[in-house]
Amino acid sequence: MTEPKLPIRTRLASGLTKGAAALSRATGRGEGSVIGARVGMLVDPDMLANLAAGRRIALISGTNGKTTTTRLTTAAVGVLGEVATNSLGANMPTGHTSALVKAGPTPYAVLEVDEHYLPQVLEATHPELVALLNLSRDQLDRAQEVAGIAAKWRTLLTGKNVHVVANADDPMVVWAASVVPSVTWVAAGQRWLDDSWVCPECGSTIERSGEQWGCVTGDLVRPIPQWSVRDDGVVDPTGTYHEVHLQLPGRINKANAATALAVADRFGAPVLEALPRLAQVTSVAGRYATVVKDGRTIRLLLSKNPAGWLEAFDMAEDVPTLLAINARDPDGHDTSWLYDVDFSPVRGRRVLITGDRAYDLAVRLEVNDVRFEHVTSFGKALAAVPPGRLEVIANYTAFQDIRAELDRVN
Amino acid sequence: MSTEALRLVWVYPDLLSTYGDRGNLLIMARRADLRGLPVECHEVRSDQPVPTGGDIYLIGGGEDGPQALAAQRLIADGGFQGAARRGAVIFAVCAGYQLLGSSFFAKGARCTGLELMDLQSDRGETRAVGELAGPIDPALGLPPLTGFENHGGRTHLGPGAKPLVTVQVGVGNDGRTEGAWAGNMLGTYAHGPALARNPAIADLLIKWATGETLEPLDDTWPDKLRNERLTAIGTR
Repeated sequence: MTEPKLPIRTRLASGLTKGAAALSRATGRGEGSVIGARVGMLVDPDMLANLAAGRRIALISGTNGKTTTTRLTTAAVGVLGEVATNSLGANMPTGHTSALVKAGPTPYAVLEVDEHYLPQVLEATHPELVALLNLSRDQLDRAQEVAGIAAKWRTLLTGKNVHVVANADDPMVVWAASVVPSVTWVAAGQRWLDDSWVCPECGSTIERSGEQWGCVTGDLVRPIPQWSVRDDGVVDPTGTYHEVHLQLPGRINKANAATALAVADRFGAPVLEALPRLAQVTSVAGRYATVVKDGRTIRLLLSKNPAGWLEAFDMAEDVPTLLAINARDPDGHDTSWLYDVDFSPVRGRRVLITGDRAYDLAVRLEVNDVRFEHVTSFGKALAAVPPGRLEVIANYTAFQDIRAELDRVN
Repeated sequence: MSTEALRLVWVYPDLLSTYGDRGNLLIMARRADLRGLPVECHEVRSDQPVPTGGDIYLIGGGEDGPQALAAQRLIADGGFQGAARRGAVIFAVCAGYQLLGSSFFAKGARCTGLELMDLQSDRGETRAVGELAGPIDPALGLPPLTGFENHGGRTHLGPGAKPLVTVQVGVGNDGRTEGAWAGNMLGTYAHGPALARNPAIADLLIKWATGETLEPLDDTWPDKLRNERLTAIGTR
């Protein structure tokens, strides 16, 4: 790709972005991606649009799996050339701006986008493709209701010339995506069903039978998927089955891989070349990371909402398990969602609990007949379990706290 | 009291279960079970008729669209109102609480409620989001309420409904009172869920339904949770 002719203002802003980011890292204030771009965007408010121009861009959004799917998609599209990406999970416009500055000119960009910011980022970056993963309840005390986000997406996409890769198993996503003429449907699964019993089109009941679903009035039905997850692999639009080897655990990551392959395929990357690249992805910003400390082999699983906990239990193994819950700003302050999660999968395991809101979890586990021990810190949890495996499942800030104690493992 | 099982009916979990409302059902069932009371739980979806023979009905929180839809379907069905009129115990939270009144606002329009309690709800200028706490009506003999609220409504009580709580922290109905009770019906804006943070309310409702005095349970963890929450907001 030739060096794009960035406006002078954008070049100046890019320099400031890098400088402020470096300063932030050097002073130990953070990863620097947000503060840097904030400075740059003051100088050039159109910085993101100018940086995006000339690249083939895919945006990845949804409630769960954004960061991991972005990483997998970046790996798959990498077959075709260099890819800019916001790999650290900074998924608002400042994060995108910073990622594009840092990457320099690249033919491709794969950007994770917070579901509420999709309209803004789509307008600024004119992507070729948008991948929509799923929608479920998440931090309702500060975020929009599920039906509200679906409606926002649908309005956004109406009349837009953008290709959408969307999850055929999530009625809310299907409703939002179906206004676009060109959609690749991926049967990515949806273990969590409790936010899509009511048809967003007409308010009638959505019925399910096996993998099929549809509104009783027939106005919204599951589309026929071009890609699907089967056993340990993925079936592509030609009906060919590909075994998918990942270092990431769980069925949900096979589904994330299917979405990544569908995006890469749309950009022209051959599936057989993309597959080995997916296998190289290990952990993503600490998610799924395995760390050895004091003789304990600790695996970190991040679960931010009920749908995420269902997936975590699918991958967690039958070993001592630490559950950590906070309710700070990024987590949402209302812990009622703990009762949307059935904790019985960890019943019978040795369960330790910690975090700012461990008592909320304690009451929940007692009601769920899950025995547990309360510890006041991650260090005490480590000391309490014998050498060997420890699974850690934590919500957002609790996860970051534990990650910090493990030298910010990536 | 019937000699049969205590019948708990959870109304419309497909529409009104946005804030961990299942917790209230689970906690009520557990606390009855630990007292040796046999319990039957019925979950009634919005496309099913509401049975009229339940002992305790629970109805929870939800988004505007589902709330309006729930009102239409409950009015068309009539089972829930029938149960309430014959004196069944009703425990309602947030959107479900607003439904008990004569009217409420959803999606910018005034909607007809179930007219079971002397109250009506409209929109506040701001959304009430955060911890909610205060002493409960002394007539009920309960410890202070602690919960988390998240709603845009303001609820106005008529003379036939008594305020449940005098607000110390949060907004509740209107910044002064929170929730309401009348006869065997009790409504609140509190999530948490409410019965996780206020197990004494669960016991009161079971007592209303059975007429029995309940032996105390080991509430070590709920007590720690209550203490932590009430301390965090400075009321203890």
